[in-house]
Amino acid sequence: MLMGTLRGTPLLSVRDLSVQFRTDQGLITAVDGVSFDLRAGQTLGIVGESGSGKSVTAMSLLRLLPPATTRIARGEILLEGRDIIKASESELERIRGRDVSIVFQDPMSSLNPVLTIGRQICEPLRLHLKLSRAEAKERAVDLLGFVGIPSPRESLGSYPHQLSGGQRQRVVIAMALACRPKVLIADEPTTALDVTTQAQILDLLRELQSKLHMAVILITHDLGVVAEFADDVLVMYAGRMVEKSPVSQLFARARHPYTQGLLNSIPPFGDQELEKLPAINGTVPSPFAMPSGCAFHPRCTFASSACLEAVPELASCGPNHVAACLRVTELERMHA
Amino acid sequence: MLRTIAHRLTLAPLTLLLVSFVTFIILRVTGNPVDIYLDINRTPEQVAALTERLHLDKPLLVQYLIYLRDLVQGDFGQSLQYGGPAIDAVITSIGPTLRLLSAALLLAVTLGTVAGLVAAVYRDRFPDAVLSALAVAGQSMPSFWLGILLIQLFALKMQWLPTSGSGGFKYLILPALTLSAVLLPNFMLVTRTAVLDLMNEQFVATARAKGLSRIRILLTHILPNAANPLLSFLGIQIGTLMGGSIITESIFGWPGIGRLMISAVSNRDAPVVLATVFLVSITIILANLVVDVLHSIIDPRIRH
Ligand SMILES: Nc1ncnc2c1ncn2[C@@H]1O[C@H](COP(=O)(O)OP(=O)(O)O)[C@@H](O)[C@H]1O
Ligand SMILES: [Mg+2]
Repeated sequence: MLMGTLRGTPLLSVRDLSVQFRTDQGLITAVDGVSFDLRAGQTLGIVGESGSGKSVTAMSLLRLLPPATTRIARGEILLEGRDIIKASESELERIRGRDVSIVFQDPMSSLNPVLTIGRQICEPLRLHLKLSRAEAKERAVDLLGFVGIPSPRESLGSYPHQLSGGQRQRVVIAMALACRPKVLIADEPTTALDVTTQAQILDLLRELQSKLHMAVILITHDLGVVAEFADDVLVMYAGRMVEKSPVSQLFARARHPYTQGLLNSIPPFGDQELEKLPAINGTVPSPFAMPSGCAFHPRCTFASSACLEAVPELASCGPNHVAACLRVTELERMHA
Repeated sequence: MLRTIAHRLTLAPLTLLLVSFVTFIILRVTGNPVDIYLDINRTPEQVAALTERLHLDKPLLVQYLIYLRDLVQGDFGQSLQYGGPAIDAVITSIGPTLRLLSAALLLAVTLGTVAGLVAAVYRDRFPDAVLSALAVAGQSMPSFWLGILLIQLFALKMQWLPTSGSGGFKYLILPALTLSAVLLPNFMLVTRTAVLDLMNEQFVATARAKGLSRIRILLTHILPNAANPLLSFLGIQIGTLMGGSIITESIFGWPGIGRLMISAVSNRDAPVVLATVFLVSITIILANLVVDVLHSIIDPRIRH
């Protein structure tokens, strides 16, 4: 709280966000009680295994989930004080791509296959900044150069299939940055790329962030990436936050058994083979069959009978550090 | 891309050969021209002259080869009904048929696209339910029946439009509507499915994330991607459309290839039947070629 007021009001403030889907098998809760603050220039890493609700959180921030089946059950998403959950569709269209941008996981399918790169980059420029065709084109050339596309002017006429995966992701990033958004959400931006390209794209994001002073939400299932990149980390499991803290804190003293499991599964530097190892025994529960109590208890080596009963609340366990585990203090004593 | 076109062009003569052979044999086997063209009081000289002219004394295969030899020189034979060259009758009929086909195609494609888009956007809601029900009804309605209904309503009852014949634009309306109904329901349903599939694509989410409105995404991102499957569908349907045009022309007395073919078949005017079948085949081959070229214009992945 104190830190928050000292550093000024956050750019983006998410409070108790809960998102549900109506499915044929009933209502499922994909995100439950997520909260975080994001200030300009800051990077928040969101980590968790596949299916833990990271993408749903990201998509909710721009209200990109299918309205017919999505229900935002609770919460607020305050962008500079304005609640995105209450915004109209036309207000959302002004926010998307201008104030908040998103880069998706798969650069292969993120671009329209039958439109030129130039056309796709110019779209947000013409829409939000009201640039003329010629002005937008010049800006697009600058942007492509900025993200490291060789011979940017010639690339304007290229189609997505003519570029490599890494180049496509650069184009997608250029598109997302076109209107200099205040917040950039990158949802596993490197997962679909090979290792060398992954590093290049992450370097690019870091460089762009410091140049543009953007706030970045970096979603990944790789804690190693978070360690290098983020200021704060939010760990999600089965739709809920299980731990949140500054990066250094998390790596020094992870409190939640799930986070500890994730940390133990980071491969030694440079060892690619180990990356394929399962992080923790077992799998993420299906939203249709949530375990009682703490959703992590079936996989947790420290689970006690109490963990089957009550859903643990987030509790403070250090400066700016919260974790949702009933046995946090006991475990702490055990380790000490 | 060029390979596909070259491939089609090399196949074209083979297709035409096969079509002409089958038509020729069917026409010869199903009736002796002597009995058809000469009445009971025929003289032996007349029979001899006709036999000589059509080479009826030679084996069937030889007759076909002679026919082919003439064909290569552009000679489709003399029409037995009209007397003049068979090809002349066909050439005068092709204009009206092309006019009818293009009007019907234009109607079916524009209405089908709009209806398909609306149905996709309002998926499972009222407008979709109505349009999809209409499409299914249209699919099961024979075009001759629709034609007769239209004539009764607009020509006989309201007296707004002529019942049949050709002339100005007024004459085109009812036949074009009838013929377009052959294509329209399926075209709408194919559009609907293609658009719904595309709506789930990641690039649509990207476009929304850029702040584009739904309608704009539909028109500038989804439709250009839907164009290719729709074009393929049209390519497959060209034959059906030609078939539909035969029925439509007969109902409305439209002076096109279809009506010519019907009258040539019922009068056993073999040279004219052969010439129309030949021309229709060429039209279908050309139409498919156009489809291929359009494919590569629309989709850069095919072009490169
Ligand atoms: N549109 C949707 N309709 C129904 N369920 C969904 C939808 N999108 C995501 N989900 C479910 O929500 C849960 C979280 O998904 P997601 O946020 O994509 O996980 P991840 O952390 O891997 O990004 C998953 O169980 C997924 O099946
Ligand atoms: Mg995801």
